[in-house]
Amino acid sequence: MDAIKIQLPHTVQPRAENANDGAVSRTMQPIVTGTSVVAFKYKDGIMMAADTLASYGSLARFRSEKRLMAVGDNTLVGVSGDLSDFQYMQHVLEDLETRELCMDDDQTLGTKSVYKYISNIMYNRRTKVDPLWNSYVVAGLDHDEKFLGFVDLYGTRYQSPTIATGFGAHLAQPILRKRVEGREDEIEEEEALAILDDCMRVLFYRDARSFNKLRRAKVTAQGVEISEPYSLETNWDFAESIVGYGG
Amino acid sequence: MTSIGTGYDLSVSTYSPDGRIFQVEYAQKAVDNSGTAIGLRVKDGVVLAVEKIKHSRLLVPESNRRIMTAAKHVGIVSAGWMSDTRHLVKRAREESRNYHDTYKRDVPAKILAERMGMYKQVYTLYSAVRPFGVGTIMASYDADGPQLYMVEPSGQYFGYHGCAAGKGKQVAKTEIEKLKLSEMTVREAIKEAARIIYSAHDETKDKLFELELSWVCEESGRKHQRVPKELIEEAIQYAERALDEDDDEMDDDEE
Repeated sequence: MDAIKIQLPHTVQPRAENANDGAVSRTMQPIVTGTSVVAFKYKDGIMMAADTLASYGSLARFRSEKRLMAVGDNTLVGVSGDLSDFQYMQHVLEDLETRELCMDDDQTLGTKSVYKYISNIMYNRRTKVDPLWNSYVVAGLDHDEKFLGFVDLYGTRYQSPTIATGFGAHLAQPILRKRVEGREDEIEEEEALAILDDCMRVLFYRDARSFNKLRRAKVTAQGVEISEPYSLETNWDFAESIVGYGG
Repeated sequence: MTSIGTGYDLSVSTYSPDGRIFQVEYAQKAVDNSGTAIGLRVKDGVVLAVEKIKHSRLLVPESNRRIMTAAKHVGIVSAGWMSDTRHLVKRAREESRNYHDTYKRDVPAKILAERMGMYKQVYTLYSAVRPFGVGTIMASYDADGPQLYMVEPSGQYFGYHGCAAGKGKQVAKTEIEKLKLSEMTVREAIKEAARIIYSAHDETKDKLFELELSWVCEESGRKHQRVPKELIEEAIQYAERALDEDDDEMDDDEE
């Protein structure tokens, strides 16, 4: 005899296998992401670069996103990781700027304050086990002192004369160690631009989530300047000589 | 005042037989006792100016500011009780932030004026509250260009080319009407604003005052901020010169 199948009315559903019984699940992974940010100190201030790609997994989903932003008059923020989390952070920072403006006390938002503010938010969110899935690079001139700092999704922070996030930490950081560290006060703008482009070129060659359309930015005594998107000269001749899986 | 003793002015929830709400009119009186505040909307921006009357020489110059910023692109100057004003500016900041949180766009001046109007209006409905003794002048630069609104204690609000509130509002309005606002630049408007505040100032009543000036314009990057010191100095010189010339003319007439 055939087994009797009971059809439940549609309003009474059997409990789903993955019912969470009141447990809350937070962001488990980033969705739309930006890749590396590269930044370092040079003679006149700080240089930073990031490409304009927003990837959806391995899909190159949005190709002209801005991952560098100015906060106040002399602070530059670069971001990698989840871009919707960055948009949220952007909103929070804009609010901070407005509040500062409304104070009308002849004080401006300093780089160190912005850095601490961002890292507090990041640490606070990781403490709720609901982190903002980003790495932030904060750069600026605070009372004529060059500042460059990093914050990640745990709220970990460190300052260094050279910083590279994401894949850049593996591919660009060694270049920066060699060409920048110890010489931060000597590097002229022209050389700084060359170093930045070399880093971004290496990243474009090897990081499959990168893109050859990027912006660079600098913070100097004149304030923050973020460039329009540009592309790098590349040469793929070497590809001819690569044979096998590694190519 | 005919309203006194009639019993119709005891509550904001009572009309007089001829359809007036005296408590709201009294609030307007509180506005009329204040130092003069004006707003000028010109082709490339808006200028706010106020005669800040000082009750003591011991006050720190530039303290107790009467022009405040409600959002990046919105400036507020009011005539009336400063304590009420601070509360309303706080509210305006909350409204603009709320709008920005919802729409990710700067709040248009018209909508902020409307919300401020609604807020004030609510305080004309219940016997447990009193209306705000404040006339609020709002300067803004939004997607539709420079904007100037004034919200009254009743909650009524209008958009203006030029407006004035406070003690010298009659003098100020007459002077503003003579200006060709739509052809003026903010640079010219700050001078005229200074002149109008100086001419509306009544030395026999209040001796000490300070001129406060702010702008939202192309030059300030569509942000509301204080007018730079040099320009204020220049404007004050212009105002004083204009007043002297007026006095001379009057002397000539008498001769």
